Amino acid sequence: MEFVGYIPLLPFAGFLVLALGAQRLTRPLVGVVGVGSIGASALLSALTAAGLLKRLPGETAFTKTLWTWIDTGGLHLDMAFYIDSLTVVMMLVITFVGFFIHLYSTGYMAEDKDYARFFACMNLFVSAMLVLVMAENLPLLYLGWEGVGLCSYLLIGFWYTDKANGYAARKAFVVTRVGDTAMAVGLFLLYNHLGTLSIQPTMIKASSLWPHGSGTLTLATLLLLGGAVGKSAQLPLQTWLPDAMAGPTPVSALIHAATMVTAGVYLIARTHVLFMLSPLAMTVTAMIGAATLLIAGFSALCQHDIKRVLAYSTISQLGYMFLALGVGAWSAAVFHLVTHAFFKALLFLAAGAVIHALHGEQDMFRMGGLKNRLPLTFWTFLAGAASLAALPLVTAGFYSKDMIIWEAYASPLGGYGFWLAAMAGALVTSLYTSRMVILTFFGTVKTPVHHPPGLSMTLPLSVLAVLSLTAGFMETPHTLGGVHIFSGLLHYALPETKIVQSRITLEILFQILAATTAVGGIVWAFFLYKPQPEPAPSRLPKSIDRFLFSGWGFDGLYDRVFVRPYLALAHLDKNDIIDRFYLALSQASLGCNRIFSLTQNGRLRTYVWGMGIGAAVVIFMAVTL
Amino acid sequence: MTNVVFYIAAAVAVLSTLMVITRMNAVHALLYLIVSLQAVALIFFLLGAPFAAALEIIIYAGAIMILFVFVIMMLNLGPPAIAKERLLLKPRMWVGPAVLAAVLLSELFYILANKGGIAGIVEVTPKAVGLVLFGPYVLGVELSSFLLLAGLVGAFHLARQE
Amino acid sequence: MLTIPTSHGLILAGIIFVLGLVCVLVRRNIIFILLGLEIMFNAVGLAFVVAGAKWGQADGQIMFLFILTTTAAEVSIGLALVFKMVHHFHTLDIDQADRMKG
Repeated sequence: MEFVGYIPLLPFAGFLVLALGAQRLTRPLVGVVGVGSIGASALLSALTAAGLLKRLPGETAFTKTLWTWIDTGGLHLDMAFYIDSLTVVMMLVITFVGFFIHLYSTGYMAEDKDYARFFACMNLFVSAMLVLVMAENLPLLYLGWEGVGLCSYLLIGFWYTDKANGYAARKAFVVTRVGDTAMAVGLFLLYNHLGTLSIQPTMIKASSLWPHGSGTLTLATLLLLGGAVGKSAQLPLQTWLPDAMAGPTPVSALIHAATMVTAGVYLIARTHVLFMLSPLAMTVTAMIGAATLLIAGFSALCQHDIKRVLAYSTISQLGYMFLALGVGAWSAAVFHLVTHAFFKALLFLAAGAVIHALHGEQDMFRMGGLKNRLPLTFWTFLAGAASLAALPLVTAGFYSKDMIIWEAYASPLGGYGFWLAAMAGALVTSLYTSRMVILTFFGTVKTPVHHPPGLSMTLPLSVLAVLSLTAGFMETPHTLGGVHIFSGLLHYALPETKIVQSRITLEILFQILAATTAVGGIVWAFFLYKPQPEPAPSRLPKSIDRFLFSGWGFDGLYDRVFVRPYLALAHLDKNDIIDRFYLALSQASLGCNRIFSLTQNGRLRTYVWGMGIGAAVVIFMAVTL
Repeated sequence: MTNVVFYIAAAVAVLSTLMVITRMNAVHALLYLIVSLQAVALIFFLLGAPFAAALEIIIYAGAIMILFVFVIMMLNLGPPAIAKERLLLKPRMWVGPAVLAAVLLSELFYILANKGGIAGIVEVTPKAVGLVLFGPYVLGVELSSFLLLAGLVGAFHLARQE
Repeated sequence: MLTIPTSHGLILAGIIFVLGLVCVLVRRNIIFILLGLEIMFNAVGLAFVVAGAKWGQADGQIMFLFILTTTAAEVSIGLALVFKMVHHFHTLDIDQADRMKG
């Protein structure tokens, strides 16, 4: 297990090679470096996982210290990686999904002139994400956290010549920065009280130092939650994610669906001990998740842009994960994270294939009828959509979402409220998913297909489609076989969820309800949006439609509450007396510059005059004084 | 009487210098400048500095002015220059400098005939100059040689066609 | 026979120097500017020789010699620059060469 250091290092090396040698590398070589470094990293991750499995159950985790990172005053931080089952799961998701998305990108980005820059940023992202999940201490995690934020910024604004893309990138950066600042303050607070920032000692010390529900701990935990909320685009910091779709589609798939946005979920799972000590933080987490999944789900229902539907869907599914975390369903949250990574990456990639084939068309109302034109894309998209809509029994999404819905009710922290929210969310999910499928692939052809996707794009689609359908079988409820491979593995890192005994009798009923809801949603959607030549944009009243389309008006609200007052304040500040003073100063020096530059007119004779007059003055002074 | 000689030479020097700076044609200006230098050389001679006077004629009026003539000639190549040159040789172009030069020449003859410098002025012979130059001022001589070398290299570098 | 006052020699040098300076200041032709410089150098040399003659010392003539050397170097460089300038700007007017990077 000596090689774990190379897992993030390989993509980083790939980044360096691509960033520094971009001009000299040929396109195939760029592809080989970009994809190969992730592939090698994925193989090493698999070896790490195998090594860890061999050591279980005797040794549930191991730490690999590379070097001392910071050693100053009382603060000692190592460049160290902590590997346990949760880390391994994250590593496998990041590297394998990342590998397939990189492979897909070689086809998707083939005609882009900044091919090497794209892969450089993607490799840097994977590297930073791996550092994030493997970090032994919180500052190292924060390093990866900011690293992925940076890459997200770079990749959202990848096509920087369009101003809107740069704006979207800035928005994503600034909004997540709000959460990141909260998280940094949380880290300071933890260090101030505990004197360490290594994750495991922090949790041990915290549980011995603070009683259950301590105020300081709750504050620190809520601040950490703030960071997670920003990164995972939860209420109230969710507004950046739909705009982040300005980036290339593989970026949306990798960063804004499969990996980076799940960092918040990972952070909470990683520091679960802190959260469990604070009932308030748990409740807040669950409530944020429940609210987000509903708000984002309804917004997804009214979008026209296929990528925005998927973006809102991502926010909504992340809401499920937060709900699961909040009710203490740790394994369910991580399980849904994994299946979501598969099917949402698949959906994005398939949507990307559609967009690619239609020459950049993203409006679903101008698609339609692609079922026969792009059969492989259709079937894989359908697999992902079924998984997202939690089609019972055959899809991974069903098992993971069902686990969340059940535990939202059955765990000690859960209840009817959360269960109802999750059920309503499931119904909305299957509605908007079916709407998306119908609008895109059924009906009449509105935009001709330019070129179908090549092998580098179809292969990742197929693999992810298989995973989206079958990944669920590693964890099934005991009513359906009771396979517990996944949670069994995770329980070495995360505590098991206790099911309240009195509620257990309802399990089958609830599962049938959940399954019926999912299927019902699909059927209802077929009645609402049934394939027709000219589908109506919406069946809702116009005002509600607009409200949902704009994502519940959060952008407008923030614009009014934060952006405009801030701009007004900045404008005021820009024109205050101090700035005027400096403005006057700068203008005075500019004026002087203008006067003096007159003397430097380049005319020799002027200079001679100057010298002559100067000499005359000096001689005059020498004679008279 | 030599006093008068001095003042006449001085007048010639000022007059010819005035002519230099008011000429439109560079060749004419050069002619007057040479006369001016000759007048100054005569004054040197009067002041008991024959060595300086000789150098003034040889190096200033000779070498340096020749450089100017070279350059002016090189800048005026081609048939129009030949027509110009014909114009330059017209009497009213050269009569002024010639008259002034003649005045100086007659003065020189007068001085040589009377064997005299200005009364009360000790002649500093070339020998005395040489002894001091290579005595206390030898460092200055070395520096001058550096300067000339630098001038040589600089001029060569600048005038080279790229 | 009267001796010539040293001041008269220096006044002559001054007049010639000012004439040279006027030439440099007024003329736009670079050849005339160089000629003006020559006149000024010459005037300075004259002043030195006059001063040397007053004391009957060789130092004045030696300084004249050094000035001569300097002039020679200056003229060679100056004329080379004239060549460059004519090559580049096709004019002798110094005011045309007022840009930093010709």
